[in-house]
Amino acid sequence: MARQMTGAKMVVQALIDQGVDTVFGYPGGAVLPIYDEVFQQNAIRHILVRHEQGAVHAAEGYARATGKPGVVLVTSGPGATNAVTGLTDALMDSIPIIVLTGQVPTFMIGSDAFQEADTVGITRPCTKHNWLVKETDRLSGVIHEAFHVATNGRPGPVLVDIPKDVQFAQGTYCGPKPSASHYQPQLKGDMETIKELVAAIENAKRPIFYTGGGVINSGPGASQLLRELVEATGFPITSTLMGLGAYPASGDKWLGMLGMHGLYEANMAMHDCDLMINIGARFDDRITGRIDAFSPKSKKAHIDIDPSSINKVIKTDLPIIGDVGHVLEDLLKVWKSRGRKTNVDAVRKWWGQIHDWRKVDCLKFKQEGRTIKPQYALERLEALTKDHDRYICTEVGQHQMWAAQYLGFDDPNRWMTSGGLGTMGYGFPASIGVQMGHPDALVINVAGEASWLMNMQEMGTAVQFRLPVKQFILNNERLGMVRQWQELLHGERYSHSWSEALPDFVKLAEAFGAKGILCGDPETLDDAIMEMISHDGPVIFDCLVEKHENCFPMIPSGKAHNEMLLGEAETQGVIDAKGSVLV
Amino acid sequence: MSALKIKKGSTSHSAYNLRPTFSDAIERHTLAVLVENEPGVLARVIGLFSGRGYNIDSLTVAEVDHTGHLSRITIVTSGTPQVIEQIKAQLGRIVSVHEVHDLTVEGPSVERELAMFKVAGQGDKRVEALRLADIFRANVVDSTLESFTFEITGNPEKIDAFAELMRPLGLIEVARTGVAALPRGET
Repeated sequence: MARQMTGAKMVVQALIDQGVDTVFGYPGGAVLPIYDEVFQQNAIRHILVRHEQGAVHAAEGYARATGKPGVVLVTSGPGATNAVTGLTDALMDSIPIIVLTGQVPTFMIGSDAFQEADTVGITRPCTKHNWLVKETDRLSGVIHEAFHVATNGRPGPVLVDIPKDVQFAQGTYCGPKPSASHYQPQLKGDMETIKELVAAIENAKRPIFYTGGGVINSGPGASQLLRELVEATGFPITSTLMGLGAYPASGDKWLGMLGMHGLYEANMAMHDCDLMINIGARFDDRITGRIDAFSPKSKKAHIDIDPSSINKVIKTDLPIIGDVGHVLEDLLKVWKSRGRKTNVDAVRKWWGQIHDWRKVDCLKFKQEGRTIKPQYALERLEALTKDHDRYICTEVGQHQMWAAQYLGFDDPNRWMTSGGLGTMGYGFPASIGVQMGHPDALVINVAGEASWLMNMQEMGTAVQFRLPVKQFILNNERLGMVRQWQELLHGERYSHSWSEALPDFVKLAEAFGAKGILCGDPETLDDAIMEMISHDGPVIFDCLVEKHENCFPMIPSGKAHNEMLLGEAETQGVIDAKGSVLV
Repeated sequence: MSALKIKKGSTSHSAYNLRPTFSDAIERHTLAVLVENEPGVLARVIGLFSGRGYNIDSLTVAEVDHTGHLSRITIVTSGTPQVIEQIKAQLGRIVSVHEVHDLTVEGPSVERELAMFKVAGQGDKRVEALRLADIFRANVVDSTLESFTFEITGNPEKIDAFAELMRPLGLIEVARTGVAALPRGET
């Protein structure tokens, strides 16, 4: 289906042929020809953001919530540099997005032209791959390849830089041909190692599944297979922040999230297990704590599509390189054909131990007095929204950890959070992207007031496109997580960790033409949340909460999983000098 | 040669499936990386090494397949077995990289480097320099009444040895290409 057309038209045609229905972007001089083509068609909806960082996070939210790649269109120079944070965020969390940037015309590249930046140079370390297209004839092929690279193997962000003269020039358009690419990552795992893992599953006395974002990225089929495997074996399962929802939080094998602010029972089980089955997680430092004390007694299996994840941090006994869905399918087949065996008595004893740990009830808190505890606000939000078709985004900080602890996710792709990069300002634009993917769903961004302010300009986008995103701000007038660390390891010297001169969020909402709700009283919280849910339009919910609440449980830096802090007890001096250099 | 007991003839794929014991011993490995010859590909490889804190002892690159637009990058690097495994895996995930071979563990290989030495001197020193160059099979590619420029090819150790000998004889400038390497045998 080779056809002659301009480069600008090719961009739009390639997006249509890739099944793209939504593009997040911001126009500028170097992408005007493409915007002219966007103007003259109706197949693709363009969402005008208020800042390019917002466009990338919105595309990430769209991708995480729909499983389809997100697409961004921005101009050269500042348009491209503003996209860098979002690209890095998507790279760290393995989110498939395609960023198209305008560039100054080829004959001006290198001359320090107006709005020129070395975009492929700047974004090389923060993309999975990028391209500068200097010939119009190559443009369609590169865009199709960009979709292929972004969505195959370990997903990630890609960028295509398109000079303005390439957009104007005529060239030959070619349709998508996925087999044309040499990039064909291995999907099937090594059968011999899978058999070894089956044998380990049959004999394990204290097994645990430790799952991550790789299960979600592998698609809904992988989550389904994981559920089948967990139910059939009866083994306990915990997950990283990125993997929440792959196994339902309401399932009886669920231990809750693990890691630095994970649940006591999950971390203790990780520490004491004899077989750890890592499925699509990467032994991040938020998970492992002190490496040399990480799960010292266990045999470790690791299923990951990225060979560089194997043995990067933790030595693995049974490495299986492949797509989670493919490997789980083979694993289940082999395990079933060998008679579905597990060490039932030992596993029952293991569950007895886990139930004892659960009695610690590490998430307990007391809601007393007239001030709302952040945990209480999330507990009520969970109770009042869990039966809705609900999607949750978060910003970064204490509220993010509390949301992971107190909200339950029964399905994949329902939880959008910046895990690897920890990008404050992620959640609000992400919620816009999620709402675009699911127009009728209830989309809530659980935020802190400081994070939320970082991309608050996107209120304009939400109002313009009538996206009824709910901004649930836990307002403690503090950079809560920074404040918590200053309390724990900097002698309570709260250097620049409070939010002064905050806006009146209700008036702010109204200034944008949206609805604002203020609530600082536990008695009226339920009614206020119901008012937020029932309002048909974007809402800023200013929830005034306890200002000095700390987030527990917590594994202090440089400590092992079985050295958790559970509450307000003695927290001073628990992080030693070696631990304090860690972040 | 390596702490990893890797079977002769292992490919880059099988190398991932090995289970290295984490050792602290620093090893020197020669990697052959076949890449698409496109703009920025060398920056991707070098950026990976600098961004992740790996060592480059030497690096050579040139297009070796003009019709397929493939370049061969030969990298000599050093690190613990775990770091070497990481380097290979990280190189393998660069989209423009077609193949990664660890010549140090995949069987015997031959390594060569070309170097040029400018040695200035008179009298006995000049004669001695020429005599040593003959022993090392170095060629004279330029000469004046008070200097020689030698060209020498060999493995890096031979070139190091020649440099040591030339130093007291008036060595004033050195240029080295870095290592190019191929596996021995038919394949």
